Amino acid sequence: MELFIQQVISGLATGSIYASLAVALVLIYRSTDIVNFAQGEMAMFSAYVAWALIGAGVPFWPALLITLVGSFIGGLLVERVVIRPVEGRPELTIVIVTIGLFIFFNALAGWLWTYQVRGFPSPFPQRTLELGPVRAGLPALGIVAVVGIVVGLLFLLFQRTKLGLTMRAAAENPESSRLVGIRVGWMLALGWGLAATVGAVSGVLVAPILFLSPNMMGAVLIFAFAAATLGGFDSPVGAVVGGLIVGVSENLAGTYVDVIGADLKIVIPMAIIVGVLLVKPAGLFGSPAVERV
Amino acid sequence: MRRHPSKHTPLALALAVALVATACGGGRDDGEGATATTEPAPADTAADGGTEGTEQAASCPEPSTGITDDTIKLGGSYPLSGPASAYGAIPTGVDAYLTYANAELGGAPGVFEGRQFEYIFKDDGYSPPQAVELVRELVEQEQVFALMQTLGTPPTAATWDYTNQQEVPQVFVATGATMFGLDDENHPWTIGWQPNYVSEARIYAQYLLDNHPDATVAVLFQNDDYGMDYLEGFRTAIEGSDIEIVAEQSYETTDPTVESQMTNLAQSGADVFFNITTPSFAAQAMGFDAQSDWDPIHLLNSVSNSLTTVGAVGFEPLQGMVTALYLKDPQDPQWEGDEDMQTYLDNIGEYAPNADPNNGYVVYGWAVASAFYALLEQTECPTREALMEATMALQDVAFQLGLPGITMNTSEDDRFPLEAMQVATLQGETWQLEGEVIDTREVFGPVEDAVG
Repeated sequence: MELFIQQVISGLATGSIYASLAVALVLIYRSTDIVNFAQGEMAMFSAYVAWALIGAGVPFWPALLITLVGSFIGGLLVERVVIRPVEGRPELTIVIVTIGLFIFFNALAGWLWTYQVRGFPSPFPQRTLELGPVRAGLPALGIVAVVGIVVGLLFLLFQRTKLGLTMRAAAENPESSRLVGIRVGWMLALGWGLAATVGAVSGVLVAPILFLSPNMMGAVLIFAFAAATLGGFDSPVGAVVGGLIVGVSENLAGTYVDVIGADLKIVIPMAIIVGVLLVKPAGLFGSPAVERV
Repeated sequence: MRRHPSKHTPLALALAVALVATACGGGRDDGEGATATTEPAPADTAADGGTEGTEQAASCPEPSTGITDDTIKLGGSYPLSGPASAYGAIPTGVDAYLTYANAELGGAPGVFEGRQFEYIFKDDGYSPPQAVELVRELVEQEQVFALMQTLGTPPTAATWDYTNQQEVPQVFVATGATMFGLDDENHPWTIGWQPNYVSEARIYAQYLLDNHPDATVAVLFQNDDYGMDYLEGFRTAIEGSDIEIVAEQSYETTDPTVESQMTNLAQSGADVFFNITTPSFAAQAMGFDAQSDWDPIHLLNSVSNSLTTVGAVGFEPLQGMVTALYLKDPQDPQWEGDEDMQTYLDNIGEYAPNADPNNGYVVYGWAVASAFYALLEQTECPTREALMEATMALQDVAFQLGLPGITMNTSEDDRFPLEAMQVATLQGETWQLEGEVIDTREVFGPVEDAVG
């Protein structure tokens, strides 16, 4: 029983890592209607920027602030420079461009900072909370809290502000939006900037746990896709719930289902992606896509 | 109303990419190559000079391809870019030694005397197909005499059929996988150098037999040849003793974390934790060890024992952690004034101005090149056949920067040049050597016994 609870807690901790990146994936999907395969690498790159700043003597919080602002501008620039030329093309084209970005950011980080594994300071105390026989690391609990706050802010942005409404409109129906005077191009760029910022939060939260290296986010991305798919690709709350479910189910299956064991844990997110697409394509919290014909 | 088809395209693509990413999993820093190092006393340096036996035996056949009147051409294939590019420092060390030999030792020794080394190394990005292409190029266009190292288990395994079919020596390959020393029937032209993973696992077994003879052990290992070599080597070495493996967990290179595996291992409450992982995962496992209540004796495989990796986690909570070494560490004060170390430090700056002399991979490159130099001294004719014969008749041959007491030994039945290592523990911010050098072949018998 103790092992069960411990694995659940550990699954929630890992799940929160997936959730943090999944939220960024959902964000860019909502605000630009595409899936960004480079999201994880951009998050990793942001974490490296923070790491380099801290290494240069900047205290943690200012370094984080600079990183978040820098990531926002960086995301904006990526959209303007790389995505803009292919805007309006078939989704496949854009997706392939984002895969190119994936490779670019990975190689650039390796070139700038080498592939050596680095330690990254955690914003949370490196302690474990003991609840009876069960132990939970504070950094992991911290991720859950921060991701919760981010999701709350996103909810407010998209549901309660005019800007959020405008962004949703631009993503949903670019042509009509243009007709009512929305500057669609800038809304899309804003979406990239925001997603890059949320990704940067994810990178900085994850780096102390996974240790910083250019390949840190590669594996996380797959699980984050599973989380976003499960939760519904357009729901931030769904992404968080999805991430936690993926993390926990992966741990429990790996521990208790002998056939799966630790070797086949990767099958879990695959099964989730396939299962959800077959049974409930909109995911748990997503809105089914409809179109007037 | 109808479903909007495009909404699902990205998800289907996500799945496709995820599958691809899984399929080409091993992308994370794989664990071949050198070790960072430490420990005492001067060592003899057979590798830096000796010119006796120089006169070429009159009965030698014509020199092989790649040997001219004044050059000996060697090739190498390494990951100079990409995820495994940290190993790219190795050829820098090799090249530095060979250039140093050209300038200060008069070029190649023995029957090769009077010839300057020409060393061509190229970037395979740790990709097996790329390595195959490069090796073909080195053999067919550059016409090298021998391949002085291909790096990594997958690239070497991809190229050895070709090199053996072409009968080109593929010498001192940079991987600890035992397969490269066990197939003299089909692949007699390939030989490794550094202590193999089974030998290293035996070092830890011996350490436990000496210090904790009834320990329970929990193992985390990468689920591939590399992890299996260590695990089986360890398992057979403790057979018949009171040491028992009580928990085993594996991981895939596609796993983001090993947290769940570590939770299961900690649950076993074992006395010893054997960490058979590549650097990212090793750091996570060390981080778990540092924070959890579980306080096992931590055995860290040499694949991840670079002090940079350990330092990323933090030295303080990991004090006393155990690893195995076979090379000297330039940062270890005990080698101050050591002859090998002095030669290395005096020359590395000149012949590899951009290299960090403290980098364990540069040290390894220098050491393995000096071992190759020593091998040439033992070679009786300037031919490929004679070179391979020499690789199988090494008797107590020293090389530079090896720990005192560690020399190369091979025979027809033993195609593993180095099988001795020494235990070291983490003290402060360095590895401190403990006890004596252990010759694993002497203690545990041939590697074949362990891997079957």
